[in-house]
Amino acid sequence: MVPISYYLILSGILFACGVIGFLIKRNIITIFMSIELMLNGVNLSFVAFAAQWHHLSGQIFVFFVMVVAAAETAVGLAIIIAVFRTRETLNVDQVNLLKL
Amino acid sequence: MTPSLHLWLIPALPLLGAAINGFFGRRFSRQAVSAIALTFSGGAFLMTLYVAARFSALELPHTEFLAHWIRSGSFLVNFEFYLDQLTLVMLLVVTGVGFLIHIYSVGYMWEEGGFYRFFAYLNLFMFFMLTLVLAGNYLQMFIGWEGVGLASYLLIGFWFTKDSAASAGKKAFIVNRIGDFGFLIALFLLIKHFGTLNFVQVSSAVSPLPVETAGFGLLTSIGLLLMVGAAGKSAQIPLYVWLPDAMEGPTPVSALIHAATMVTAGVYMVARSHVIFDRAPNALTVVAIIGTLTALFAATIGITQTDIKKVLAYSTISQLGYMFMACGVAAYSAGIFHLMTHAFFKGLLFLAAGSVIHAVGGEQDMRKMGGLKQYIPITFITMSVATLAIAGIWPFAGFFSKDEILARAYQANPAYWFIGVTTAFITSFYMFRLWYMTFWGDYRGREAGEPSTASAHAHGGHGDPHESPMVMLIPLMILGVLSFVGGWVGIGDRFDHFLSPVFGEGASTVATEVLSRSTELTLLAISLSAGLLGWYLAYLLYLRRPDLPQKIADTLGGVYQAVVHKYYIDELYAALFVNPLVQGSTHILWHGVDQGVIDATVNETAHGARHASDAARHMQSGNLRSYAGWVAAGGALVIAYMIWMGVR
Repeated sequence: MVPISYYLILSGILFACGVIGFLIKRNIITIFMSIELMLNGVNLSFVAFAAQWHHLSGQIFVFFVMVVAAAETAVGLAIIIAVFRTRETLNVDQVNLLKL
Repeated sequence: MTPSLHLWLIPALPLLGAAINGFFGRRFSRQAVSAIALTFSGGAFLMTLYVAARFSALELPHTEFLAHWIRSGSFLVNFEFYLDQLTLVMLLVVTGVGFLIHIYSVGYMWEEGGFYRFFAYLNLFMFFMLTLVLAGNYLQMFIGWEGVGLASYLLIGFWFTKDSAASAGKKAFIVNRIGDFGFLIALFLLIKHFGTLNFVQVSSAVSPLPVETAGFGLLTSIGLLLMVGAAGKSAQIPLYVWLPDAMEGPTPVSALIHAATMVTAGVYMVARSHVIFDRAPNALTVVAIIGTLTALFAATIGITQTDIKKVLAYSTISQLGYMFMACGVAAYSAGIFHLMTHAFFKGLLFLAAGSVIHAVGGEQDMRKMGGLKQYIPITFITMSVATLAIAGIWPFAGFFSKDEILARAYQANPAYWFIGVTTAFITSFYMFRLWYMTFWGDYRGREAGEPSTASAHAHGGHGDPHESPMVMLIPLMILGVLSFVGGWVGIGDRFDHFLSPVFGEGASTVATEVLSRSTELTLLAISLSAGLLGWYLAYLLYLRRPDLPQKIADTLGGVYQAVVHKYYIDELYAALFVNPLVQGSTHILWHGVDQGVIDATVNETAHGARHASDAARHMQSGNLRSYAGWVAAGGALVIAYMIWMGVR
């Protein structure tokens, strides 16, 4: 059996990739995908623990996260399309109207 | 149990009149306003006459309960009315003279703006004055006491667009407040030590107490504090300064409030509290000294005044001093007797002065009058009666009351009597000075180069002096008769006997061996000759040798200047009290405390918030990735904190 630490390390790597992508990328779509990556990194640790402890609640949590992520994707993509229509760019550095 | 006389109606009627005129008078015609005011003040007078008619059948003192007011443990204050001989005298004076002055005011104020307002205030004054007089306890008396102060303030400042009138009103109100403070503390002492403010109960609680001959006991303190209140309301030294300024009000107001009724409230209050004063001879001595000094002091100022109303104002202060002198030697009934005759002749003097002012078109300076007796004969005759009365010439009213006070003062201490007679001489002098300057000699009102009345009319000027309308003259005539015969009720000590159930054996604390017939006649002759001497001197100086007064004034120099400037008392008070207060308020309280501490705290809080926000708002750059960075940094901080806590 694969030790749980492997899963956790992979999960950490996925989450860190997500954070880094979230911080350094300028394209909104990429940032969005980074968020998904962070969510899935967390999901992986949830299912890993669920398998380890033979406890279903971890998996239930993952379902919830997936549902929320799907909903978020629907709303988020709609916003991105709206932004692109008005600003004709997907570069977040240029979407900066909301400042002092 | 005697039947109810509905005493509450006496003050309630003028209140109703004040309410109707005050709320709706603006829409009424002048006729309607005066009809309402006269109906309700006259109604109070008729009620008083009804009470007087039933008086002999009453069981005295007669009290009528209206309602509970304050119930706090065993301490109880009611709205109640108290009627005895003293109340009846005051009621008759207040409603009688008050009603006459209401009639007079209709003529005097006819041309003035704010006609309805004037009568609303006047009726309101009647309400408070009657509440004061009829009160059955000190607290209810205090309502009236404060209320007449309010009415006085409103009426002094009646022409409020005139700066001097507005500030005179304020001065009267503030100076009175000082006196009221003393009155209030006296009431608190009464509550603390006797647990009641009811006249009957206070009287029965105080009566068994011993006379405080030496030292500074409870009753002496209460007496002195009551005297502080009385000095404020009745314009005695050192709180008299408001009364001369109060002459800014319309003349009927000066007659009603500042001569006949309100200013005598202090005398009434002292007389009403005689049980306390009888057992505090030291307080009585203070009352007598203040009264005597005020009488002399104000009379000397009266000599030099040239404004006809100012002379009368100082004369009022001086006569009030006589009343306090009488109270101070425990001759309360003599004080009340003088209060009554004074209400007649001083009310008349003011009304006649108003008629004179009316005749010469608003001029109040006596130097611009003169020779008026041919123009306004009725005013002249009535004013002469009043002048003779106040000068104490037999058989006019003032002679009897003044003589009684002087006789009682002589019994107590000849020094009082001596100052009293000196004052009587000065009084007679300045009153006849006023009389000669106003009515005799030649009319000095026309300016040079204005020879005929026709041209004066053409220029819109006032023309020749003219007599006032009948509505003003009738009250003058009635008061003239009263000033003539009013003193006769005192012949043979009848007035004294009438009031004796109230003051009882009060006088017994002061030695009262009856004066021998010859002493009495000598005193009488001296006071009469003092009056005649003053008359003669005024005749000499102001009719025979009109150049002399100026020469005498020049010879006296500094002394004369001091008297003309009223001994610089106003300036002294300004330097001692008013200016320090104004300066302290401006520099310490306003600039220091208000602006420096309170405003500064509020403003600095706002400034601090703004500066902090100024710094913080730079975080909101609008750059999405910088927000992401803050979120990540925050998350990292939280994780670091948790690890650190976990390590520990």
